[in-house]
Amino acid sequence: MTIIFGVFLLTLMVITALAIVHTQHLFVAVILSGIFSLLMAANFFLLDAADVALTEAAIGAGISTVLFLGALTLTGEAERYRSSSVNRVVALGVVAAITLMVIYATFDKPAFGDPQTPVQQHVAPWYIDTTANDIDIPNVVTAVLASFRGYDTLGEVFVVLTAGIGILFLFSATPTRRKKPQTEQESEVESTAEIKFGEGLRHFLIPQVVGRLLIPFILLFGLYVQFHGDYGPGGGFQAGAIIAAAIILYALLEGEARALRVIPQWVLTGMMAGGAILYSAVGVVCMMLDGNFLEYSVLAADPITGQHIGIIVIEAGVGITVTGVLLSIFHAFAGRRRF
Amino acid sequence: MELLGLYHYWVFAVLLMIGFYAVISKSNLIKKLIGLSIFQAAVFLLYITMGKVAGGTAPIIQAGVENAVFSNPLPQVLILTAIVVGISTMALGLGIVVRIKEEYGSIEERDIQEIDRR
Repeated sequence: MTIIFGVFLLTLMVITALAIVHTQHLFVAVILSGIFSLLMAANFFLLDAADVALTEAAIGAGISTVLFLGALTLTGEAERYRSSSVNRVVALGVVAAITLMVIYATFDKPAFGDPQTPVQQHVAPWYIDTTANDIDIPNVVTAVLASFRGYDTLGEVFVVLTAGIGILFLFSATPTRRKKPQTEQESEVESTAEIKFGEGLRHFLIPQVVGRLLIPFILLFGLYVQFHGDYGPGGGFQAGAIIAAAIILYALLEGEARALRVIPQWVLTGMMAGGAILYSAVGVVCMMLDGNFLEYSVLAADPITGQHIGIIVIEAGVGITVTGVLLSIFHAFAGRRRF
Repeated sequence: MELLGLYHYWVFAVLLMIGFYAVISKSNLIKKLIGLSIFQAAVFLLYITMGKVAGGTAPIIQAGVENAVFSNPLPQVLILTAIVVGISTMALGLGIVVRIKEEYGSIEERDIQEIDRR
């Protein structure tokens, strides 16, 4: 049964991807890529990757769609040119050749799900065995993410922070005036659209009622995912995305200005840097207590309790940074005027 | 089971190349970014597929369950963080596209090259 479902999902994914590439309407492409992400998340779940499925659903289907739509309002929705036939033939040739080569290569790959493959022999069994004894939290993925490979995760947090800073820098530039002056009619249409946009959906009853009901529960779920990450699927990355989604929903309902009054931009910027600093600070504290960088065992008298404290704190750091960066990016796109 | 595994790898190859096709043949910059995200998703799929163990379950240890088979947690950790980093870099790409639109008035590669040539 699972097999049939897996094949069904994979096939749907291919169809969706083809439709995304084929459509000329960018709005359709973005919505389809949200569906694509959701199918991908379901497929990850079938492949035993609950944490990854949660992340993909929250980020791929949720935040990413919002960001793409935010960009589309600034750039326009229609794809103007079809690629020329020569271009298309060459591209199809290259693509077909590589596809065939990769498919040929798959016949040499180890069998799917075989526990004897090299991937399963290396560090994975060690991680699973050691987690039970040394860290003692049920979710092995969180243990590997936060403790065994804490350096990696610190690096990822800094990459996310850097991307956030990059967006703030990019949008701090004021555009030079375009040579072609806009017709009056165009600018008028734009300004009315802007007023509506600034107010969000305040004058629409049904989104208001439903959204207001949902926001507290989304926030609660975000906090649950954050602090229950040691025991079930979840952790800072997913929680950050979910909390950001709740506040984005608020911004869509009440308008940009109100959302920025609830959480001002300086708080968001502080969160971006603060989470990364909190994470690094845990590492430095470990060093001060005669341990190595990010060796949580020294944080408490009992090494296992030390691990628990360390993981909770760094996950909080991750969550704070991810929330800050995603919201800053959203506000950067949504608050940008159309030029 | 064998065929399902091969099917996973084939879908990986096809998705990878659908994304790549959008990147190389489309003129619209947003479409290229969407293609890139399909490409990225295909790589994620490959990693997670390789971490699957037959008869396994999600790597969450349950008290009182002995000899449970777990799928490989390592690819899951790598991909989990990669998804978040992926969206951050994608947003940066979108930001650049928006700035290009503001300066050139177009997000079509063909128009931009023409304006540059002038």
